[in-house]
Amino acid sequence: MSRSTIDTVRTDDRSGTSREVLGANALRPDGAAKVKGEFAFSSDMWAQNMLWGGTLRSPHPRARIVSIDVSAAWRIAGVETVVTADDVPGQLTYGLISEDQPVFARGEVRYMGEPIAAVAADHPETCRRALAAIAVEWEVLPALVDPETAIAGGFDPIHPDGNVIRHQRIIRGDTSATGAIVVEGTYELGMQDQAFLGTEAALAVPDHDGGGVEVYIATQWLHEDRKQMAKCLALPEDKVRLVLGGVGGAFGAREDISLQVHTALLALRTGRPVKMQYGREESFFGHVHRHPATIWMRHHATDSGEIVKIEARFVFDGGAYASTSSAVLINGVTHAQGPYRCDNAVVDGWAVRTNNPPCGAMRGFGVVQACFAHEGQMDKIAAAAGLDPVEVRLRNAMRTGDRLITGQVVESVAPVERCIRETAALPMPSPLPDRPDALLMPGGSGLTADRHHIRRGVGWGVSIKNIMYSEGFDDFSTARCVLADGVVTLKFATSEVGQGFVTLAPQIARSVLGVDDVVLDTIDTGVGSAGSTSASRQTWMSGGAVDGACRLVRERLFEHVGRAHGVDPLRLVIEDTDVVDSMGSLRVPVGEASAGLRIDETFEHHHRPTEELDENGQGNCHVAFAFVAHRAVVDVDPELGLVKVVQVATAQDVGRALNPLSVVGQIEGGIAQGLGLAVMEEIIVDNGRVRNPSFTDYLLPTALDAPEVIATLVEEHEPQAPLGAKGVGEPPCISVTPAIVAAIRDAIGRDLARVPVRPQDICF
Amino acid sequence: MNEHYTLRVNGVERDVCDSWIGESLLYVLRERLDLPGAKGACEQGECGSCTVFVDGAAVCSCLVLAASAVDAEIATVEGLNPDGTLTDVQEAFVREGAVQCGFCTPGLVMAVHHLLDAEPEPSDLQVKEALSGNICRCTGYGRIFAAVDAVIARRRDAAR
Ligand code: FES
Ligand code: FES
Repeated sequence: MSRSTIDTVRTDDRSGTSREVLGANALRPDGAAKVKGEFAFSSDMWAQNMLWGGTLRSPHPRARIVSIDVSAAWRIAGVETVVTADDVPGQLTYGLISEDQPVFARGEVRYMGEPIAAVAADHPETCRRALAAIAVEWEVLPALVDPETAIAGGFDPIHPDGNVIRHQRIIRGDTSATGAIVVEGTYELGMQDQAFLGTEAALAVPDHDGGGVEVYIATQWLHEDRKQMAKCLALPEDKVRLVLGGVGGAFGAREDISLQVHTALLALRTGRPVKMQYGREESFFGHVHRHPATIWMRHHATDSGEIVKIEARFVFDGGAYASTSSAVLINGVTHAQGPYRCDNAVVDGWAVRTNNPPCGAMRGFGVVQACFAHEGQMDKIAAAAGLDPVEVRLRNAMRTGDRLITGQVVESVAPVERCIRETAALPMPSPLPDRPDALLMPGGSGLTADRHHIRRGVGWGVSIKNIMYSEGFDDFSTARCVLADGVVTLKFATSEVGQGFVTLAPQIARSVLGVDDVVLDTIDTGVGSAGSTSASRQTWMSGGAVDGACRLVRERLFEHVGRAHGVDPLRLVIEDTDVVDSMGSLRVPVGEASAGLRIDETFEHHHRPTEELDENGQGNCHVAFAFVAHRAVVDVDPELGLVKVVQVATAQDVGRALNPLSVVGQIEGGIAQGLGLAVMEEIIVDNGRVRNPSFTDYLLPTALDAPEVIATLVEEHEPQAPLGAKGVGEPPCISVTPAIVAAIRDAIGRDLARVPVRPQDICF
Repeated sequence: MNEHYTLRVNGVERDVCDSWIGESLLYVLRERLDLPGAKGACEQGECGSCTVFVDGAAVCSCLVLAASAVDAEIATVEGLNPDGTLTDVQEAFVREGAVQCGFCTPGLVMAVHHLLDAEPEPSDLQVKEALSGNICRCTGYGRIFAAVDAVIARRRDAAR
């Protein structure tokens, strides 16, 4: 087998220079430290005299706390403090959108794994013993675990805020319109875990006077954490200083508070540094997951397969606390049509509270769920109209200027047709050999599959994803740029979670300012907010902020050079590493031009404003959109219900590839996560209880599960985006899931309406 | 918490004092010997982030009791290149984009060295199988395979 089959993604450098400017395959500045094991993740933090923290969690999905007796824990040698809800000095609850989640449960627990108490001790093992010594008397209560019961009002409120987190409908156009073709389906998605590798960890160091705390934390949004922590700790925000500890992946799971308040509280109570770190099992309970959802859809289409109307009902199970459920719901319902034209719609959506694990942000944020449903529907329309999956999608493909079912005009570049055509043009994999290596077959080294039973299938998925925050939220980002003696220093609070903003930011500075030396200052709350590393927004938002700050600095540099050389600054430009008079002969290296100077500018980038939806779901609620197409090829053993994803081909609308190597990394990583949702990954919840909180039982794609990925980047610069580039993080994981499921349907000729697809779904 | 023993790590004798007998090799390396290069992501042998060599075998250090490794030669990612430069595998990981968050990286670097030392010209499937005990959640493995290919090619050229 030729080696080239593994690596067929195009990663050519587009910069046309050897400098690591925009368009170049610039390398990570933290790469060397990471490969040497020297990069400090938050779990690697250590301080003199440090204690360890541990958390006691509820074993019940719902129960009343009759009493908590912590006295035995206090008596264990090495235990320095024990805290419960009674010890929270400030606000007792926190939350990203509504503050409904207790720091520690008081009176009642609402999900399995809810924190009840925390300890600080000299050793993790002492913590474990201390937690085991805390005596809690429970009165187990019936749990609300069925979202439909929550909607129907068939259960007393399990939280003062009620059992419905949000309801939103969308009504558009002629609601009585019908079509010659009517197809419907009910689609279900299981609960997926972000499963970042670096579990939650933090080190909190109290100030000497006890009046504040510094916290090294792996998070997606330093300033939001600080805001929530300060309230719960009853400290002014400037007394809570957050520094980004190295982040071992995020994917949405670090948007909510987990151990932030607990660690800081333990440190403030003991006056000593405290480190907390979740093990894998605790991590499954310590962060929110992707919402499980049930989506009913009915499409009306003309007999030639053009969508006339969409009807849908979405139910997202938010679990015990609100987290970002209301925003996930809005993303789901507003993306119900997919990347297709549709004038008429009746959509109803619910996000509800249950005693299941809390759900919130995960890569794709509500759109993953919508896409699985609408893509299943597109294939049904295709079948009814006698079209192939590509043709039905091309016929309906959205274009710039089309309207969403919210009435919003899609102003973004919308190369949907091009994404589909370019994907279709990518080569198909070679057929499975007659005598394949077992590892190439479904089931792999289990050696169970029989070559003669294996059937191959091909499936399609296409998606639209909003980027940046929605519904009137101003998720701005801030950056500071200092140019001194030819060296640029950048400061921002943008969380680097692995996506590579630390690579991109210097590329921007090099392109704008013509320097090569770019230093990155510590990522902390010592500068304005950057907003969250989520919603595929940092290239646009923090990229825009860095670009803006660098441009301000460049303006002042040009003024200085203009003055010094008697040239109109407006005639000056940067060429490579020189300041050049575009209409004359002056050429000065930036290093020389900035000698002895110090120019310091800060810039806030804001996207254009968005609006809330009205009661009929109408309004310009999103900023911009990105598109992508996926084609999946699978081999299935229908007798055993085993699937091997052979190849995924994709063309992704990226606006402009600022670092093609990084973009490809996002594409391949996202595809693996979408594959996980399609055929492997699910947190199994049984009557509110999580059954598989470990990497033994929660299955993640390994190197052997990774399909061949063939990707092509569709580059049409986005005029609204500061750098012409769209976010690329989420789209790769969205439509790959329905594409894989469609390929399995194609292989076995059976309808599948639930992910992950399990062996029993294929066989029976 | 009163166990005392000596481990031989990266060729150096290291004393472990006042420890608890139940500590894993991963814990002792990270928390007692100031060698945090091996990472813990599952602590039950599923992810490979904690890969180190014990007497030349690649093992999950989360599954090894530190006190049981007293007579062994232990090698960690910190000992790969004592002079501070990058090994060819490390270099390729950086250049080929095989590193995103980097949490899996030290374990994968160890696994790739282990593979290529034993089998300089592995097939694609051998590579995939050898690395299938190391989970990476960020990259989808594509750039990691590219890095392995680059090392194989480079070693082949150097051997010519
Ligand atoms: S931490 Fe050892 S295998 Fe995961
Ligand atoms: S790079 Fe993040 S887990 Fe591999």
